Amino acid sequence: MSAELFNDRQAGGLHILGPVDQIPVGEGRAYGVAGEQVAVFRLRDGSLRAVSAVCPHKGGPIADGTIDRTVVMCPLHQHAFELETGCSTTGAGPLRSYPVFADESQNIIVRLP
Amino acid sequence: MTALASRSGRSTPGDTRRRLVVIGNGMAGARAVEEILARGGAVQHRITMFGDEPYGNYNRIMLSHVLSGEEDAGGIFLNSLDWYRENDITLHAGVRVDKIDRFAKLVFSDDGRATPYDVLIIATGSRSFMPPVEGLYTPGGRLLPGVFAFRTIDDTRGMVSYAQQDHRRRAVVIGGGLLGLEAARGLQSHGVDVDVVHSGRHLMNAQMGPDGGAVLRRSVEALGIRVHTSSRTTAILGGDRVRGVQLRDAPDIECDMVVVAAGIRPNVEVAVTSGLPVERAILVDDHMRVPDEDEIYAVGECVQHRGEVYGLVAPLWEQAAVLADHVTGANPKATYLGSRTATKLKVAGVDVASMGLQAPERDTDEHVVFSEPSRGVFKSIVIRDSKIVGATLLGDSRKVAYLTQAFDRGLPLPEERVSLLFDLGGPDEEAGVAELDGDAQVCNCNGVSKQAIADTVRGGCTTLSGVMDATRAGKGCGSCKLLVRQVVEWAADGAVEEDPAAAYYVPGVPLDKAALMAAIREQGLRSVSAVFAALAPGGAEDSKSKMGLASLLKMMWAGEYIDERDARFVNDRVHANIQRDGTFSVVPQMKGGVTSPEQLRRIADVADKYNIPMVKLTGGQRIDLLGVPKEDLPKVWADLDMPSGYAYGKSFRTVKTCVGQEFCRFGTGDSTKLGIEIESRFQGIESPAKLKLAVSGCPRNCAESLVKDVGVVAVDGGRWEIYVGGAAGAHIRKGDLLATVDDPETVKLLAGRFMQYYRERANWLERTYSFVPRVGIEHLRAVIVDDAEGLGAQLDAAMQESVDAYVDPWAERNDPFTPGQFRTSLPLEVLPQVPVR
Ligand SMILES: Cc1cc2nc3c(=O)[nH]c(=O)nc-3n(C[C@H](O)[C@H](O)[C@H](O)COP(=O)(O)OP(=O)(O)OC[C@H]3O[C@@H](n4cnc5c(N)ncnc54)[C@H](O)[C@@H]3O)c2cc1C
Ligand code: SF4
Ligand code: FES
Repeated sequence: MSAELFNDRQAGGLHILGPVDQIPVGEGRAYGVAGEQVAVFRLRDGSLRAVSAVCPHKGGPIADGTIDRTVVMCPLHQHAFELETGCSTTGAGPLRSYPVFADESQNIIVRLP
Repeated sequence: MTALASRSGRSTPGDTRRRLVVIGNGMAGARAVEEILARGGAVQHRITMFGDEPYGNYNRIMLSHVLSGEEDAGGIFLNSLDWYRENDITLHAGVRVDKIDRFAKLVFSDDGRATPYDVLIIATGSRSFMPPVEGLYTPGGRLLPGVFAFRTIDDTRGMVSYAQQDHRRRAVVIGGGLLGLEAARGLQSHGVDVDVVHSGRHLMNAQMGPDGGAVLRRSVEALGIRVHTSSRTTAILGGDRVRGVQLRDAPDIECDMVVVAAGIRPNVEVAVTSGLPVERAILVDDHMRVPDEDEIYAVGECVQHRGEVYGLVAPLWEQAAVLADHVTGANPKATYLGSRTATKLKVAGVDVASMGLQAPERDTDEHVVFSEPSRGVFKSIVIRDSKIVGATLLGDSRKVAYLTQAFDRGLPLPEERVSLLFDLGGPDEEAGVAELDGDAQVCNCNGVSKQAIADTVRGGCTTLSGVMDATRAGKGCGSCKLLVRQVVEWAADGAVEEDPAAAYYVPGVPLDKAALMAAIREQGLRSVSAVFAALAPGGAEDSKSKMGLASLLKMMWAGEYIDERDARFVNDRVHANIQRDGTFSVVPQMKGGVTSPEQLRRIADVADKYNIPMVKLTGGQRIDLLGVPKEDLPKVWADLDMPSGYAYGKSFRTVKTCVGQEFCRFGTGDSTKLGIEIESRFQGIESPAKLKLAVSGCPRNCAESLVKDVGVVAVDGGRWEIYVGGAAGAHIRKGDLLATVDDPETVKLLAGRFMQYYRERANWLERTYSFVPRVGIEHLRAVIVDDAEGLGAQLDAAMQESVDAYVDPWAERNDPFTPGQFRTSLPLEVLPQVPVR
């Protein structure tokens, strides 16, 4: 890892969560990142999305939700949230969303504010 | 103060909020609390509610729909128990308040509790009036079996189950008002023949005059309901149960049940016993306060305000708002001045609207009448000083919205009075809607204004069902649906979209089930992602559609299905049932409900080893281990070393059995053996909704086979009856007899054939209790028993293929299907913890 990239990561609050293929395509997994609970999803087109892992409605496990290209549906009461923004499309409170991507060695990198 | 606080037993130190106690958990009580919460009242008040019905708060108006089977009893709750919890309201459900001590400020309830209050709200509503008729009660003082009131969920459930027993063929409804007609119509939908006995000269005499009543009578009789007006019931005949009613001046009517809908009486006992002022009902002033009592309010049907007692919900809503303004101090000037009641209802399928006067009272009153009995249409308007003071509309409610508004606000009327009744030449309906003010309430049940609907449409929601979902308009009693549609049409400027999605199998793929299956087969689509790519608009995946498609594909392709785990619901990804705290429950297989000491020991050991917080017997005779964290699932299964018992999926679940011939004195068939064989054969089979089965050893039906998706009963002579489409959940239905067969092999064949037909034809999530009546038992018998369409062999083969493709999903414990399949998805401590007993 180059020093430059490393600095950049520190500055932006970047965190390495390990290999992308921990997450099966179309599913999500939860990670504890710097004291926050983050659900990372791997879409069928290979891209990643990250939102907070705890449903604002009643604390449901968001990483266990069902997704499509745009939303994740919480498994407990089926509230839906946009994966990009975390906004609910069904009137629940929002999830937080985080920038996330896979680096050149296929590691998941998430940025916390 | 200290004494009171200690008596409450639950006050937290430091909680200085006023104690608000509500007696009565019906429509008015709960609405008043909602209004109080909406005004930030939770900060000032610690709320406790008492309701003598053992439920949360439900929409009483919808009981007519529950009676007719259009709605499940579970679907009419306005506030679930969760709502009380979320809002920190203590609910004592099933507890009756007997007395108030106004001086000590305590309410006493029949569970022996004394609850202190600072503010009290009485909302005890009404009950059905039981006219003094001989034979109504048993000597023990209970209603004679077969006699029902029509007021509560329990009344309604009781009527439904009584009416559904095969030999209950005839019912008499006492009372030809709104409620009686609704009851009559509802009972008809259970195949019961109904007579309505009404003491008034015409139907609904409280709402309309004799001419309207006559037209209504024709419409009601056209539905096959016999009507006896000016006719009084003098006795209920029977002795041990209802066998008929006796009328004054007319022959007896034989019947098996009687529904009393002869009016209501306010529940004022608590107020009377406690020394509060009561006339016809509890007196209140314009602030909804009981006179001379600063801290006691009353609201709803139990209230008399300026001499009026109201029996409809709209006035209660207005009262609740004023009450909340005072209790919270949000608006100390708020006053309730009474309501002009305009009733707009669908009675027994006929649109009825009535407001104000039924007929002219003064010589100078104008009366505009139109009557067309053959079409069931009647309209009458009373006009005084160029203002509408009364109207009755039957069978055509297009002008209702405008007339209600004109009546409420005293709008000036057009010269040409006839245009009040009809839309002459103009673009009819919409004109009426266009004239409405924005704040005119369109849906009274849910309090939705014209403006709210218009805003939703302008926000881009242009289907009727979309608007109804978004605003909840039309989701109460349903009487305003036509008006909601009109407002939507008006707001969308005619660009209303029909909601074709109603017919789709899943929302994301625009095809009904048959077309979808044909396309899947034709194009050889074996995975959910392939279906989206080929058949969804823009190839877009849709999370709401995934589970239904996964189930369908597995059914169609059996072993050739390409299993994409992201298409499954989490339950099916980890083969256990997710619970509210994110843990899972595990139910090992126990075929036919039979277990062994060895298995029990193992289950007990596992429960110990993993600190299972609760071990519970299920309704299907299985053992449930609740509260297992996801990451423990593989270890729990390994230690159990039993196959999965399918308590989680939309699939074949269990076969409940009785002990049958082997042990029971009465058994005529080996129900346990057959149950085990059925369960072994069909274990894990996917279906559009869950399937619960049972086998009983004789018609005593100890396994409750008549209320199962497929139920089998051994009958004398070594034969077996097969019932399908039964249910005993939120919905109760006795299964229909599909066939009586000679041997267990045929039972398995026909049960399998029925299940396969259901798997192929039913809508996603459609239980057999909806499916069977929808396609009809005669049709099912023809296809499944008589093989009239030559489908038998094909259905049997498809089922066999699914049976052969069975693999125990718990085998994945040693070899997870996906990485991290059993990794926890949350920090469990943030969830509401499920109580550990
Ligand atoms: C089948 C049916 C259909 C209807 N259809 C319509 C319609 O289409 N449109 C319309 O406007 N209205 C309709 N109504 C009338 C409407 O339901 C009532 O006006 C409304 O429910 C009254 O509300 P409430 O809160 O005053 O009384 P309720 O809803 O009766 O609530 C009172 C509650 O208090 C409880 N209670 C009483 N005493 C005590 C006590 N001492 N301690 C604890 N709890 C107590 C009662 O058990 C009850 O649960 C219908 C009513 C019925 C029964
Ligand atoms: S259903 Fe009949 S055979 Fe079975 S336990 Fe009951 S009485 Fe005995
Ligand atoms: S907890 Fe997520 S929808 Fe209820």
